[in-house]
Amino acid sequence: MSRQTSQRIAFALLTFLAIVVMVPIVLVVAYIIVQGIGAVNWEFLTSFPRNGMKEGGILPAVIGTVLLTFGTAIASIPLAVGAAIYLSEYARDTWLTRSIRLAIINLAGIPSVVYGLFGLGLFVLFLGLGTSIVAGSLTLGLMTMPVVISTAEEALLSVPQRFRVVSRSLGASRWQTIRQVVLPNALPGMLTGVILGLERAAGETAPILFTVAAFYLPQLPKSPLDQTMALPYHLYVIATQVPGMPLEIQYGTALVLLVLVLSLNVVATVIRSRFRRRRQW
Amino acid sequence: MAKFTVRNLTFRYDDHLALQDVSLDIPANEITVIFGPAHAGKSTLLRCLNRLNDLIETEAIHLEGQILLDGEDIYAPRVDVTELRRRVGMVFAVPIPLPLSIYENVVYGLRMRGETSSSLLTERVERSLRQAALWDEVRDRLDEPGVLLSGGQQQRLCLARTLALEPDVILLDNPTSGLDPLSTAKVEASLRELKADYTVVFVPHSVQQAARVADTAVFLLNGQLIEAGPGERIFTRPREQRTEDYVTGRFG
Repeated sequence: MSRQTSQRIAFALLTFLAIVVMVPIVLVVAYIIVQGIGAVNWEFLTSFPRNGMKEGGILPAVIGTVLLTFGTAIASIPLAVGAAIYLSEYARDTWLTRSIRLAIINLAGIPSVVYGLFGLGLFVLFLGLGTSIVAGSLTLGLMTMPVVISTAEEALLSVPQRFRVVSRSLGASRWQTIRQVVLPNALPGMLTGVILGLERAAGETAPILFTVAAFYLPQLPKSPLDQTMALPYHLYVIATQVPGMPLEIQYGTALVLLVLVLSLNVVATVIRSRFRRRRQW
Repeated sequence: MAKFTVRNLTFRYDDHLALQDVSLDIPANEITVIFGPAHAGKSTLLRCLNRLNDLIETEAIHLEGQILLDGEDIYAPRVDVTELRRRVGMVFAVPIPLPLSIYENVVYGLRMRGETSSSLLTERVERSLRQAALWDEVRDRLDEPGVLLSGGQQQRLCLARTLALEPDVILLDNPTSGLDPLSTAKVEASLRELKADYTVVFVPHSVQQAARVADTAVFLLNGQLIEAGPGERIFTRPREQRTEDYVTGRFG
């Protein structure tokens, strides 16, 4: 076989494999759209469930997921960004930083249901926050943190070292250098990481199962210490716990959750590509 | 009068002996050229003078000896290193504009020092860009990103950025390495004008360039100081055989 022929075969094979990767996602999305689009309308998004959730809409679940996503952002971003700055800009390679890194890697590998149980033990029971938005947000925040730390650290490290040296040589302190040169240039990358982390949090069921999610509530939460309904848990409930649930409402709910999460993904992609076009190095 | 006095300077990092017992005086308001082959320790010596070596990311750096700036030990514990770096500015081999506009590049150091008066900043921008022979080329586009300039212009921008802080000393680490002959001539011409107000320490691109600009010349080889003296003597009647061999192109 000539070299050209084997190259052509290799390319064809790789292209085929890359296309195969796309198939499941396209199928899942297409199937859910086809099955669920009929249920989704303005009323579905803006009204409460009725008649044992077999009719009506999903408003409280949508609101709950939005609230939890915000709560997760508040709980995780400051800590995660701070940790990333420390690791990338200040920490030298010592046993301490090596253990911190090891801890982060391991945190990322913990199953989400374990986070849920941990949240139940620490936030709900021990700290007495009860089953509440605060407890759920903290639990989700904890779960999100490793992802955000790793991507934020990567974004910080991608700012060329030479900018730091130049800034210091012009009499800037280490903090001024971080503030003026490193952070502005790392920000879009960090933002992308944050959004991807939040996206995962928005779609998780297990961590909110014991810490915040309500089976059904007749009203919207009034304080951060209230329970709330949330889309992923609501979907689980109507798919498994409610006999005689119309299929279309189940798929409609899944579609709304999917669109919510994917739109966060699109925002992240837009931020990233805009920055790439604008950046000056 | 010596601006810098280096006494028995030895500098090691990661088991590598970069400078070995180097002693020299750097006179004020002159161009002092530090030349020698690769790995002679030229950049290391330069970076000791504004403590940029402090940034090396390893525990294993080790410095012995003394460096005095106007008679004060710059490695004394209570020295403010950021203040030192404002007094001893640096221009690097590769021009590195910060990802900011031309204007913001020039005023960066001043802003970091806490200057906020926009009239002062604007005045300083024009003055430093003129000193660096760049003003006429960029006066109408100060808001454009610094990286859009050509290589030679970027290097003059970096010089202007250093000058804006009105340092006492300017360190130049082979600033013309990437430049064409015309841009190189412009940078050299700026240096000759600058020495009236500044002390210039210059690591040249070649022996020819060293001979062109040196008032005082310092020859380093493998981390050791071989010979130092007035430029015209070093390049015409060196006392050391190794200096002569290098200057006449027998090695290096």
